[in-house]
Amino acid sequence: MWLYTLKRLVQGLITVWFIASATFFVMHFVPGDPLSDTRATSEQIRKNLEIRYGLDKPLAEQYVIYLKNIVTGDLGISFTQQNREVNDIIREHFPVSATLGVLAVVFAALGGILWGALTALFRNRMPDVVIMFLVVLGVSVPSFVFAALGQLTLVTLNDWFGVSILPVAGWGSVRHLLIPSLVLGLGTMAFLTRLMRSSMLEVTSADYVRTAKAKGLSATQIFVRHQLRNAILPVITVLGPAIATITTGGFVVELVFAIPGLGRFFVQSVQQLDYTVIMGTTVFYGGFLVFMVIAVDLVYGFIDPRVRVR
Amino acid sequence: MQTFPKTFWQSIGALSMLAAAALGGLFVLLLLIAFAADLTFVDDTSSAAVDYETRSISIVIDQEPPQMDSTRATDAVSGMLLGHLMEGLLRYDGHGNLLPGVAESWTVSPDGAVFNLRDNARWSDGEPVTAHDFVFSWRKALEPETASLYAFIMYAIKHAEAINLGEMPSDQLGVTAEDDLTLRIDFERPLAFFDRLVAFTTYYPIRQDFYESRDGRYGADAEDLLFNGAFTMTKWVHGAEIALRKNPHYWNKDSIWLERINVPFITPDANTQLNLFKDGKVAMVQLSPDTLENALENRWPIRRFAEGTVFYIEFNHRADRLTRNLNLRKSLYYATDTSELVYRVIKLPGYLPGASLFPTWLKGQHDFLRREYPVPAHPANADLAREHLEMARDELGLDEFPPLVLLVGDTPTSLKQAEYFQNAFKRHLGLEIRIDAQIFKQRLEKMTLGQFDLVAAGWAPDFDDPLTYGDLFASWNKNNRGHFFSDALDAQVRIAQGSLNPGERMRAFGEIQRILLEDVAIIPNYERGRVFVADPNLEGLIRRTIGPDPDYSRARVRRADS
Repeated sequence: MWLYTLKRLVQGLITVWFIASATFFVMHFVPGDPLSDTRATSEQIRKNLEIRYGLDKPLAEQYVIYLKNIVTGDLGISFTQQNREVNDIIREHFPVSATLGVLAVVFAALGGILWGALTALFRNRMPDVVIMFLVVLGVSVPSFVFAALGQLTLVTLNDWFGVSILPVAGWGSVRHLLIPSLVLGLGTMAFLTRLMRSSMLEVTSADYVRTAKAKGLSATQIFVRHQLRNAILPVITVLGPAIATITTGGFVVELVFAIPGLGRFFVQSVQQLDYTVIMGTTVFYGGFLVFMVIAVDLVYGFIDPRVRVR
Repeated sequence: MQTFPKTFWQSIGALSMLAAAALGGLFVLLLLIAFAADLTFVDDTSSAAVDYETRSISIVIDQEPPQMDSTRATDAVSGMLLGHLMEGLLRYDGHGNLLPGVAESWTVSPDGAVFNLRDNARWSDGEPVTAHDFVFSWRKALEPETASLYAFIMYAIKHAEAINLGEMPSDQLGVTAEDDLTLRIDFERPLAFFDRLVAFTTYYPIRQDFYESRDGRYGADAEDLLFNGAFTMTKWVHGAEIALRKNPHYWNKDSIWLERINVPFITPDANTQLNLFKDGKVAMVQLSPDTLENALENRWPIRRFAEGTVFYIEFNHRADRLTRNLNLRKSLYYATDTSELVYRVIKLPGYLPGASLFPTWLKGQHDFLRREYPVPAHPANADLAREHLEMARDELGLDEFPPLVLLVGDTPTSLKQAEYFQNAFKRHLGLEIRIDAQIFKQRLEKMTLGQFDLVAAGWAPDFDDPLTYGDLFASWNKNNRGHFFSDALDAQVRIAQGSLNPGERMRAFGEIQRILLEDVAIIPNYERGRVFVADPNLEGLIRRTIGPDPDYSRARVRRADS
C-alpha cells in the first residue's frame, strides 16, 4: 500500500514536471510580447523590464531558474499586477474558486445520484425520458448560457418582488454562492446522472440483486443497500477529477457573477501573456488535478475492497 | 423492477422524498446560514446604487487595477481610481478647464515653471503636502528601474530623458523644491503647455518616507497607499471589492458631498453590469452594443459622450510592402466611406465618422483645431479608387494583387470594422483582404515586427494639446509602427514641439493633418463614443475625454422623494 502510494506520487510529480515544462516552452513560443503595452517604450526601459523579470537570460537558463523556483515554492511576481506575487494571487483567489467548486460538486453529486437512480428505476418511461432530455441539455449547453440565464432569472425575480431575494452578482456572503454554484455544477450534474443511470441499470441485473430478491428483502432495502451502494462506485471515481475540473473551470461563472476566483486570473493571464501567472496557475492547477486523481484512486480502495492494493 | 410494481412505487416514494428532502434541506440550510450571516455581520458597505442618507454610491469597474502606484499606472481603471484618491498640482473641471489643485498659483515661462503650493494641502495622515513630495515622485517615475511606461510624458523637464535612459542619476532632474511650498521646474526645451501636463496621473505626488516604509510594496494594497485627494481607499479585496471614503484631510473637502464610493463588483461582462444596474446595485454602467438594445427596451434615458479616442487604419510603409505605394493607399482611401462605416455598420450612438488623425474636440488657438484647420471633404469615390489602383498596378508591375493582410483586434467592433473594409475593397476594387484578428499583445507584437499590410489602430489622448496626436507619425516615434516617413512631417512636428507661438504651433498641426491625408499615411475610421445609463438620482457625474473618467468626486445624490 505505501509503496503503491509512493509510486503514484512519483508518477504524479513527473506529470506535473511535464505540464510545467510544456507550458513553459509553449508560452515562450506563442507570438506576442508580454512587456508591450499601448505606449511604446525606449530600449532602455524594455531592458530594465527584461532584467526585472529575468527575460534577458537565454531560454534554457530561464527554464532552469524557473524549475528551481517552483521547487522552492517561489512562483515569481505577476507581470500585470506588478506588486503581487503569484503565490499571493493563488492564496487569495483559489479558496474562492474552491468554495464555489465544492458547493457545485455537492449539488452535482446529490443531483446526479438521485436523478440517475430515478431514471434507472423509470427506465424507458415518462420520467426517464423527461430527465434524460434535460440531461442532454445540461451536457450540451455551455455554462455561460446557464450563467446568463440564471442571472437574468434573478434580476427578473428581484424586480417582481421588489426586494433583493438573492444577489445578482458579487461576492462576500453565502447568498452570493447559491446560484453560481448551482450553475457551475449543472454540467457535471447532467454527466453524473447519465453515469449513475447506466451504472444502476448494470447493477439491477446483477446476481447479488437476484439473491437479495430471493432472500425476500423489500424493494427499498434492495435498492438502498445493494443497488445504490454498488452503482455509486463509478460516480465516486469521477468525482475526484470532477472536483478538480469544476474548481479550475469556473472562469465563465466567475466572470458573469463577478466572483474573484482564480479562474479569472488564469484566463486573463493567458490573454495578457502574463508569464509568471500563466506558469504559476498552470502548475498549481496541474498539481491539484494530479493530486485529486491519486487521492481518488487511494480512497477507492477503501470503498471497494476488490481494488484494494496490498 | 417491473416485476413487483407495488414495492417499486414504495421505493420510488422513499427515493423522491429523500431527494426532495436532501436538496430542499440543503437549500434551506444554506439560505438560513446566509441570512444568519447577513444578520450577524453588519455590512459596512451600503448595497444600494445611490443612497442619500449615507451619502454613498456603488459602482462597478471593468477590471482589477493592476496596482495603484501613480508613477507606473497606465490603464483607465487605475487612472479613474487614482483621480479620486490623489491630486496633482492642477486638475481638470468637468469642461476640460484647468483648476488649481495642490498648487495655488503658477507661472510658466519659456524655460521653466514655478508652482506655489497651498499651505493647507494635507496627506491623509494629516501631514502637509510639500514640494518635496512632487520632486520625489517625479524622480521615481523617471528612474529606469521604475520602468514607467509614461515616463515620456515628463521628458519636457530638464534631464528627464537622460535620467530615464540611465545616463544620469535622478537627482539631476530639473525639478527643485525651493522651499516646502515652492516647486521650480527647468525645461529641457521650451514648452508651450506644461501646465496641461501636470494634471496627469504620472505627475501625482508621493511622500518619500511613506514610500520607503512600504518596502517596495507601495500601491499594492489599500494600506500601502497614502492619499492627498478627495477620497481615501479604506478597503481593497483584490478582484472583489474596493471602498473609498471621503478624505477628512483633503483641503477642499467642503466641495465634496459624497461620503463613500463603494466598488462591490469587478467584472468586464457588460450583461452582468447591466443586470446590476437593473437590480439597483450600481449607479452607472457603460453600455456595449449588446446591452444597448436591452437598455433601450427598458426605456432608460441613454446618455452619450465623445470619449475621444481616434481609430484609423495604419499602413505598413516598409520597403517590402505593397502598401508603400502611394497610389495603392490612395485607391484604398477612396474606396472607403467612414460615414457608412459609422452609421451603417457600427451603428452605436456617440461615434463620429473619422476624418483626420486629430479628433474634433481638440482645442486650437481660439476655437477647436478642426474648425481652424478644416479637413478637406473626402467623398468616397469608387471610380477614382479604381483609377489609382490601375496606376499602382502599373507602378508595381503586378498583374494580380496578392491578398493584403488587415491586422485587427479581437473585439466585436474591430471585427465588424475589419469586415466592412474587406467588403468595401472587394466590392469597389476586387482586392482580397485577409483579416488577421489577434489578441491585444499579439497584435502589438505583429505591428512592431511589421507583419501586416494594414492595421486597425487607435490612439487615446494623454494630455490636452494636439501634440498628444501630432507626433505619432514622426519618424523617431516608436509608436509609428508602420514606419511612415516624411521629412516635411518631421519638420512640422519639430515646430509643434518646440515653438511657443500658439498660432505657429496650430499651423504646424494643420500641416501635419494635411500631410497625413495627402500621403495617405492613415485612413481615419471613427472617433469613439460612449453610451451609458446612470441612476436618475445621481447628479454631478463627470465624463471627460482627458483625465480620470468617470469622475464621481463632485457627484451628489438627490433625495429620492423630492
